[in-house]
Amino acid sequence: MKLINRRNALKIGGAAAMLPLIGSNAFAKKDKVKAAFVLIGTPDDNGWNYGHDLGRQEMITALGADRVETTVVTNVAEGPDSERVFRELAQQGHDIIFGTSFGYGDAMLKVAKQFPDVKFEWATGYKTAPNLSIYNARFHEGRSVLGTIAGMMSKTGIGAYIGSFPIPEVVMGINAFHLAARKANPDFITKVVYIDSWNDPAKESDAARALVDQGVDVITQHTDGPAALQVAEERGIIGGFGQGADMSAFAPNAHLTSIIDIWSPYYIKAVKSLLDGNWKEGGSWEGLAGGEVVIGDYNSKVPANVIAAAEAVKAGIIDGSVHPFAGPITDNKGTLRVEAGDVIDDGEFWAVDWYAEGVEA
Amino acid sequence: MNIDLTIAIIITMVGASTPLLLAALGELVVEKSGVLNLGIEGMMLTGAVVGFAVTYTTGNPWLGIFAAAIAGASVSMIFAFLTLTLSANQVATGLALTIFGAGFSALFGQPFTGKPIALFKSIFPDSLTEHPILRVFFDYSPLVYFSLFMVFAVYWFLQKTRAGLILRAVGENDHSAHSIGYSVIGVRYGAVAFGGAMAGIGGSCFPLILTPQWVEGLTGGRGWIALALVVFAAWRPGRLLAGAYLFGLIATMELYAKAAGGSFRIIPSELWASLPYLATIIVLVLISIRHKTSSSAPACLGKPFIPN
Repeated sequence: MKLINRRNALKIGGAAAMLPLIGSNAFAKKDKVKAAFVLIGTPDDNGWNYGHDLGRQEMITALGADRVETTVVTNVAEGPDSERVFRELAQQGHDIIFGTSFGYGDAMLKVAKQFPDVKFEWATGYKTAPNLSIYNARFHEGRSVLGTIAGMMSKTGIGAYIGSFPIPEVVMGINAFHLAARKANPDFITKVVYIDSWNDPAKESDAARALVDQGVDVITQHTDGPAALQVAEERGIIGGFGQGADMSAFAPNAHLTSIIDIWSPYYIKAVKSLLDGNWKEGGSWEGLAGGEVVIGDYNSKVPANVIAAAEAVKAGIIDGSVHPFAGPITDNKGTLRVEAGDVIDDGEFWAVDWYAEGVEA
Repeated sequence: MNIDLTIAIIITMVGASTPLLLAALGELVVEKSGVLNLGIEGMMLTGAVVGFAVTYTTGNPWLGIFAAAIAGASVSMIFAFLTLTLSANQVATGLALTIFGAGFSALFGQPFTGKPIALFKSIFPDSLTEHPILRVFFDYSPLVYFSLFMVFAVYWFLQKTRAGLILRAVGENDHSAHSIGYSVIGVRYGAVAFGGAMAGIGGSCFPLILTPQWVEGLTGGRGWIALALVVFAAWRPGRLLAGAYLFGLIATMELYAKAAGGSFRIIPSELWASLPYLATIIVLVLISIRHKTSSSAPACLGKPFIPN
């Protein structure tokens, strides 16, 4: 134990010795920031990683290449390997390091402690530190818009939600989608299938086939790819939605619209605060209003009244008159979870482990 | 359960089983010759990416399948050279081949991610593929019929031809085969190349019949299931067909049960997902119990051949 502690102490000492090189004072203004982005996949995935890399590029354009220099590390697995990557990036003199996956958290918190003058930013994280902030997007707001479209357009009244894992974010995406669909069609049913993976397109496709074979005519998915949309196209059902980016190239007829993640506003803000010397520990959770969640183009087959309703929900969420989780909400076992007039607020959001009435999961 | 749904499940099951069947058939021949190639996953990924790239570029899935076979056989030759010519350890080299295939396919596939192709569908007329009953026989990609033909072809080759007899002899007793004048290394090179080609075609099933896109790691570990299948089938092509369809059925039923909801949910999804592996372990136990009476693993499986 002692040896390990001493070794860690040495590392911290070594890092401290490097500090004069990488910026003399954390609170001073900087002329130039060196930022690093750690991605779980590659930017060409057309989804999650693509969104983050696009945000990075737009951040450089906005701030100027003379003010910010970036490093991108792709295909970093969550766990011990990521810790090595974060430590190396910190040692290389990066001022701010963005870790863009939930599973990087433990490694980032550990490395952040060892490099107190390097700023860390954990996407979809839940815990902060003096030099570690978290940022996320309110994807569920976009799900409300999709649910509105699904509820109005579905003929069978059965929609599907293909999920990766039952984590709070996915559970709340399902609830947001379903509650919005039920406003349009009070008998709407959402069938949920978890495929236990973020990236197994073959399984996702077969899950979509299983759902379509059992009456589903609108599919949405919370995985990283277009596999379910392609099945929607192949089977000629009413449609599905792009997740993370516009995916209409994969399903020109079935792609009704998409939720697009826009990370550039946050990346600009974070790096600019470092340039200005006023970076602070905190958490950012913006959605439709902040421009981090954007609804993409509508397919020409979406009727005008459906687009109008979807836009109304979007506008309502932006001005606050519509809440994705407004009561009364009963869960699918019959318990009243949210009273009329009440909502699920941001604090309660992460503790929800039930599905709304009509969700088959 | 109604007839439409039953037929739909069968069709999905056959699609999910076909890559397993093709890759496992190749591995069966490889193992019958006495070589253990653990690189199926790597060869499948190589076949998947090359099959996608050629289909995307030329628009011709037949060319894509052909290219996938060539690509799978080519990477298997790296394995063959190391293990057969240089007598390297087959387990370690096979694992290395899997890692190589994963890396190569990711690199080679980069320009092809985010691009769609058309599914390689049935070539029968719509009146058959859309018929409510008959589609259970006709609504499949040509790759499915090819895989069934190959089951018969591999059986016939191994059991009914002289070349098959030599291949089995090489796998059962390499020194005897060598002493009566057969080229052990030559036969094994041929077997490994065939295994690579079949794994490549199996891999090409992913973008061609399951999900018409390329992303890294598209095969999702199914190469390992194919490997388990060969053991499950006790190295017999007929049982391999049954095993592949059983594994495919389990994987498919998991999803249909989840989509159906209700009482099907009693079985947790983790159990469904682990059933193929559990079944393999059970079969391994059964094989070892019956070891004295039934033929199972080829005697020289995994041992390097060094002529004295």
